[in-house]
Amino acid sequence: MPKYKLFNHTADIGCEIFGKTRKELFANGVTALFDLILDRKSQQGTFLAAAVWTTLEEKSITINGNGLEDLLINFLREVLYLFNGKKWVAIDCRPLEITRKRIVAQLHGEPYNLKKHPVTMVIKAVTYHGLSVKKTAHGWKARVIFDV
Amino acid sequence: MSELKLERIDANRLLLPQTGGMRVPGIIYTNDKISALLQSDESTKQVANVAHLPGIVNYSLAMPDVHWGYGFPIGGVAAFDLEEGIVSPGGVGYDINCGCRLIATKLSLGDIKSRITDLTTALYQHIPSGVGSTGSVKLSGKDQKKVLEEGSGWAVKNGFGLAEDLSTTEDGGAMKGADPEKVSARALERGKQQLGTLGSGNHFLEIEVVQEIFDETAAAAFGLHKGQVVIMIHSGSRGLGYQICDDYLALMVKHSQETGIVLPDRQLACAYLSSPRGKDYLAAMACGANYAWANRQLLMHHTREIFEKSLRMAPRELGMRLVYDVCHNIAKIESFTLQGKTKNLCVHRKGATRAFPAGHDSVPVRYRSVGQPVLIPGDMGTGSYVLVGQEKAMAETFGSACHGAGRVMSRTQATKAARGRSIARELSDKGILVMAGSRGTLSEEMPEAYKNLNDVVQVMHEAGIAKKVARLKAVACIKG
Repeated sequence: MPKYKLFNHTADIGCEIFGKTRKELFANGVTALFDLILDRKSQQGTFLAAAVWTTLEEKSITINGNGLEDLLINFLREVLYLFNGKKWVAIDCRPLEITRKRIVAQLHGEPYNLKKHPVTMVIKAVTYHGLSVKKTAHGWKARVIFDV
Repeated sequence: MSELKLERIDANRLLLPQTGGMRVPGIIYTNDKISALLQSDESTKQVANVAHLPGIVNYSLAMPDVHWGYGFPIGGVAAFDLEEGIVSPGGVGYDINCGCRLIATKLSLGDIKSRITDLTTALYQHIPSGVGSTGSVKLSGKDQKKVLEEGSGWAVKNGFGLAEDLSTTEDGGAMKGADPEKVSARALERGKQQLGTLGSGNHFLEIEVVQEIFDETAAAAFGLHKGQVVIMIHSGSRGLGYQICDDYLALMVKHSQETGIVLPDRQLACAYLSSPRGKDYLAAMACGANYAWANRQLLMHHTREIFEKSLRMAPRELGMRLVYDVCHNIAKIESFTLQGKTKNLCVHRKGATRAFPAGHDSVPVRYRSVGQPVLIPGDMGTGSYVLVGQEKAMAETFGSACHGAGRVMSRTQATKAARGRSIARELSDKGILVMAGSRGTLSEEMPEAYKNLNDVVQVMHEAGIAKKVARLKAVACIKG
């Protein structure tokens, strides 16, 4: 199962996110977000190399929402804010606890550095448009549209 | 694909009949040349969705550049009753007061032709654009508050432009009712370093030349003539505006649930205009709008300085003058006559430009005899149009017209179509010099990704909403 798949949207970017569990779904949402923002596919190896790993900062975030859809949007909005507002790149995400109303996640990341993190796409926002989070035969699937 | 049935009203309009939970019908301005494009995305359904919102008046409208957005379609116009109606941040968009500014000069193409590369390079180097760029002005908390309250006026007061620039800016460059207290700490933080930056994506600064005049009287009033060099700037409220929209959308999703407003799409989350939540949003949105006006004012000021330095010309020789500045993502309280009665309504223009006619109080005095300039930027290869608002716009579209060509290709489709090609080279073969921060932006913004601007503008012209005044051809363009 892929972590996510993009679909066509005239003005923005549509993204289907997959996960065997809800925790995996939320973590893959963060992966999708930063794969889109940063030219990361080509650098995936170096991003998670052990030497890099030890230098990463750790952040714990707790996000609330009214149901899984609202929770997913609020969670991705927060991670996007860390990048757009605080210039901090979340490289790894580990959800620790998740209910329909609350998620606690541990993020590992580092301050944004233009040379290290070339930006290929500016994502303005995570929208509610056409949003869905559904249980499938293989786990979970979400549909989200990012405003670019 | 849309299953909604559209009926042709006349050559330039389609009717979307009222069905299901729609409170009013929809009208889409389009002609046979471009209407097939409606089948390729969800914009018709979005026109129907907007018609579900409480207090909507007359019609849910779409301009000919309509395409699939989030919540409202891009190119959507809807007006709401102040007592029973709502305001929706998704009906304004993330980039509050994204808009265009057209600057006239005394130059002709011959004056800059030999120096165009140096001039464009200077603009590209000195106008901050692209991801993470910061402006030359670092705002203190106190100054930022003033920017949010005073808009372009703050910029002019601080030496970034001339007092006369304000008279040809929509609303004089400052929207009333702005209250910085209603803007979150996050939004303020994001706004501190971005004043005077162009941004990325479809934002640009373009040197253009007036190629054709359609209406001599209006062109003369706007100070435009054939062969003249002009500058078009397209930018908005940057991170501050995005954050205001994001903050209020989340609050309004809650508000809509609590007040029982039924939404066909959560992105249409809204609040009654009469509620404290609705009023707070308008006060915060006005701050975003004012920031955007100050931003474009600074961009114009820097452009003026760079032209002077690069061409070694005195301000008088350059004769740079603001023709007009319009916003195309906004909600505004404006007055209209409905069935003989004058009423204030909250007009949402999401990717639509105000197009007020001759004689209207809000049109600058110097243009009042002809009407308000309507600035329509096109894709990089085509250039832009200047139109003038008509009386019919007041009767049919709440004084609104289109705002651009409108996308037809998604960004991923455009990127694929551009693979193996050099868009910069193709444009340079057409005599257009482009400097962009990334190749990706050029691919996404390639001319074929957009509808034909001539067709889009023709619909507005023939429908009598806004008449063609001048066509501008791109000469050089800088993008983030």
